[in-house]
Amino acid sequence: MKMITAKNLSKVFGGFKAVDAISFEVEPGEIFGFLGANGAGKTTAMRMLCGLSRPSSGEATVAGFDVYRQQEQIKRAIGYMSQKFSLYDDLTITENIRFYAGIYGKPGRFIKEKTSALLRELHLETEADKRVGSLPLGWKQKLAFSVAIFHEPQLVFLDEPTGGVDPITRREFWNLIYAAAEKGITVFVTTHYMDEAEYCNRVSIMVDGRIEALDTPAGLKQHYSAASMNDVFLQLARKATRSAD
Amino acid sequence: MISVRNISKKYPVGKGELTAVNQLSFDVAPGELFGIIGPDGAGKTSLFRMLATLLLPDGGEALIGGCHVVKDYKQLRKKLGYMPGRFSLYQDLTVEENLRFFATIFHTSIDENYGLIRDIYEQIKPFKDRRAGKLSGGMKQKLALCCALIHRPTVLLLDEPTTGVDAVSRVEFWQMLQGLKSGGITIIVSTPYMDEASLCDRIALMQQGNFLTTGTPDGIKAAFAKPLLAVKADRMHQLVNAVREAPVVEDSYAFGEWAHAVMREEGHDRELESFLSAKGFRQVVVQQTEPTVEDCFLKLMRP
Repeated sequence: MKMITAKNLSKVFGGFKAVDAISFEVEPGEIFGFLGANGAGKTTAMRMLCGLSRPSSGEATVAGFDVYRQQEQIKRAIGYMSQKFSLYDDLTITENIRFYAGIYGKPGRFIKEKTSALLRELHLETEADKRVGSLPLGWKQKLAFSVAIFHEPQLVFLDEPTGGVDPITRREFWNLIYAAAEKGITVFVTTHYMDEAEYCNRVSIMVDGRIEALDTPAGLKQHYSAASMNDVFLQLARKATRSAD
Repeated sequence: MISVRNISKKYPVGKGELTAVNQLSFDVAPGELFGIIGPDGAGKTSLFRMLATLLLPDGGEALIGGCHVVKDYKQLRKKLGYMPGRFSLYQDLTVEENLRFFATIFHTSIDENYGLIRDIYEQIKPFKDRRAGKLSGGMKQKLALCCALIHRPTVLLLDEPTTGVDAVSRVEFWQMLQGLKSGGITIIVSTPYMDEASLCDRIALMQQGNFLTTGTPDGIKAAFAKPLLAVKADRMHQLVNAVREAPVVEDSYAFGEWAHAVMREEGHDRELESFLSAKGFRQVVVQQTEPTVEDCFLKLMRP
């Protein structure tokens, strides 16, 4: 089974085609980079795939569920984390974990056992009862990722998870992504850091609502005779004609 | 043009204190483009707010164009253009209304200083009747820059203007800054993107309230002082940890499609290659590479 399939998936707002007939597939266990300039349609596409927005036309399945008819099943099968919204600052670490795991309907015993394992893994045992707001940003982001996959989803969506994070933490964050992928969790990630595009198995680049390119980083660089993913991105994104809004 | 001496800012946190800015001293020459490079939480915004006369320092002082940031704040504000990190224009006013508003508070008009903003404003002029809240990220950023410039400041303070902005808009924004710089404006700009450092005349790498180092981008790279190798092999995800285990290697980390290896001494390229082959890696490529600002930042972060 493919983890994501999309066929001519579209979203139209009034006369504006935010997402214009995109088609692609994501394999289970893959780290899939979803790139595009501001306003290219990434957020709208992700909202449809997460079961938060009904497509205007086209087809898509996520974890085997249909994006029109099975939005609730999709929400249960996925995890989600973004830079802008991740954890509640006024709750402690353990409270945040219990809250999120509870929302996903995980039983108390599962939460308790897994919480201690997770705190050990992240070396946060002594911080367990501290409010999340007092943690440094890098820790917070690593914790937010761990919370997003706490309920053991098949697929996790990461929306600019490393924005503003220092270079060491950014790399530690990617180690967590690799570890999740090795456990079989599919990772769907957006980023503005082009070096991170290199860490993905495959990368798609959206321009004006369409997927203009989709391949391995090596394949894309070869196809566009580019030295880096940054060059590939600039070549493609400069073709954009619509103003970002 | 800008002279900062031992400037500090602390915030109470629970029973303790957080030192956001720790006794920083630096100078910026007239017409210079000075970059402060560091992650979120480094203290960049506190530093900017003190320079912009919006936050009182706990210690030290700063002079901008001869004006003291505390004693002469009224006079200084006329010379300063400040673009905060968070979009802070009036969402319910149109593009043109915002610009006119900022011109008016500084007792000037759009027409009087249009020459300075022309190149930037022309790009958003087609949307001049749109409410600012309805603009895209890239356009908001251009409007905020116009509003910061409309009173013809001599010093421009830009706090993370390119954060969350895509690679294309970032390139365009830096071109605009180069244009302003050639017009003689002194600019301090902060950014979390290490690759933007090379576009500045001089930079400071900032972490936890301190400057790790200050200098020209080339000077900072030259001070790296250790051989740096780029390594590639079949199993990239496992490669970094394996490289780090090699006795000839001081540190290793992922770097785009490569793993970077900071070597203890020159001339151990072959040793590293055979070490990795012995570990079962195939298609091993080891080559010398030049350090980037990000390599320097990583090195300075690990004392």
